[in-house]
Amino acid sequence: MVPYSETVSETVSRVPAVEGWFTIDPREPHLIGARCPVCTTIVFPPREGACPNPECDSDTLEPTELSRRGRVWSYTENHYAPPPPYVAADPFEPYALAAVELDDDGLVVLGQVARGVSAADLHVGMAMQLEVDTLYRDDDHEYLVYVWAPAAPGAGR
Amino acid sequence: MSGERDVAILGVGMHPWGKWGRDFTEYGMVAARAALDDAGLAWRDIQYVAGADTIRNGYPGFIAGATFAQKLGWTGVRVSSSYAACASGAQALHQARAQILAGYCDVALVIGADTTPKGFFAPVGGERRTDPDWLRFHLLGATNPVYFALYARRRMDVYGATAEDFARVKVKNSRHGFENPNARFRKENTVDDVVNSPVVADPLRLLDICATSDGAAAMIVSSMDYARHALGSTDGLPRVKAVSTVTPRYPQTVLELPDFATDSSAAVPPPDRSFKDSIAGSAYDEAGIGPTDLSLAEVYDLSTALELDWYENIGLCAEGDAEALLRSGDTEIGGRIPVNPSGGLACFGEAIPAQAIAQVCEVTWQLRGEAGARQVEGATVGITANQGLFGHGSSVIVTN
Repeated sequence: MVPYSETVSETVSRVPAVEGWFTIDPREPHLIGARCPVCTTIVFPPREGACPNPECDSDTLEPTELSRRGRVWSYTENHYAPPPPYVAADPFEPYALAAVELDDDGLVVLGQVARGVSAADLHVGMAMQLEVDTLYRDDDHEYLVYVWAPAAPGAGR
Repeated sequence: MSGERDVAILGVGMHPWGKWGRDFTEYGMVAARAALDDAGLAWRDIQYVAGADTIRNGYPGFIAGATFAQKLGWTGVRVSSSYAACASGAQALHQARAQILAGYCDVALVIGADTTPKGFFAPVGGERRTDPDWLRFHLLGATNPVYFALYARRRMDVYGATAEDFARVKVKNSRHGFENPNARFRKENTVDDVVNSPVVADPLRLLDICATSDGAAAMIVSSMDYARHALGSTDGLPRVKAVSTVTPRYPQTVLELPDFATDSSAAVPPPDRSFKDSIAGSAYDEAGIGPTDLSLAEVYDLSTALELDWYENIGLCAEGDAEALLRSGDTEIGGRIPVNPSGGLACFGEAIPAQAIAQVCEVTWQLRGEAGARQVEGATVGITANQGLFGHGSSVIVTN
């Protein structure tokens, strides 16, 4: 496995680095959460089984697309390469992460921030939107992950 | 006050914190013997061992209670093993207290020890694609300092904290721990030292973030009756008034290590009291005291900025006022409510299963007036607070 580089072959297939957490539609990717059909509460990452609400007896959760827009709850920037199983670029380049409070869904989701956007470009309360980008690749696959990017002005949900 | 729910602290002891990479049971043995000496008891007098566990470093970290019983020499003693990440020590104390108050034993050893790898804490090895702890490293590179940095940055953007405020926490704690013989880092740092150290996870720098350490801490606790018989009197004896081991209430709306997301508050409103507020809050409720009764506090300064969060979470000031409290000097030794007179994690680094016990050891020394150069004059009430991964709260109140 090697980190992303700009010289990706045309023949590799693009697959999510984790199954079932987000759609990879390049125009409008969404996080996939799970919703309780009884009390309507939402969880992310998605899972099956019992509802987490202690007041609810539901034993099922159903996959649901989450809002792809939200506002920055907080953010940071990694200046040291994280240890494996992170596949770090060599030489390592600092990259930002943001915790974003999703519009409508009432939860905060941590993600990497889109390449080229640094901590200095962010502030608490800033509007963000979900995109997908390459996390790392091997000979046959490009592994994708969701990332947060500053929302395009006037963009809808 | 009624003594019936109290548990006496007969002895405390530590192995100094450091970084040697030796078998953690060696450190535990030193701490246990120090605590036994302090209590004037022999190992064979101990009726129960409450071990605080960690899950790193494999066997025998999984079975800490029995591990220490074997190391000290099998006596047939009963044991328990508590895993609550950074809060393991408080859970072990809670187990010992419950056994004593239930009448199953009179005197117990509470013990935690660790040896830590170099560098960032990393997840358990192997490819573990259904383990969120593994996935947060794999997908995000979300190390522990990433989470500490999120809290720090939020303080800056929302409350106006500065890098110098964070540095002042380190400066204060480095001064407190300077003459603590159990501390690993005994160097007085300046604001310049901190703000010029390398950025790890913006806005936090190397000297803002606690290291990972080897170390061990132990306590001997007993029923008040046992203490009375052993000592003749329990006047002035430090005693445990409250142990809070609370977990969150749904929905937990603050992003917590090692999670990808918070619970959702869209369908279910958040609880009146946040999880972190409930940790000390439950201890105050049990002890029947409040923040204004405190002589000192030992809080879990995984980062400098996190110490400021704790000022608010344990009720020393209102939300958003922690920087002003720090700048006033009130949280220094000699101030109104000294925080981390031991030097805190800033001077110790973190030895996970020992740390919550070490906090109570410090309060005990302070209440006995045995803290030397770091003594808080006239200390009578101390609180500890910390939070372990996966929703483990921990707070202990000790009075004398």
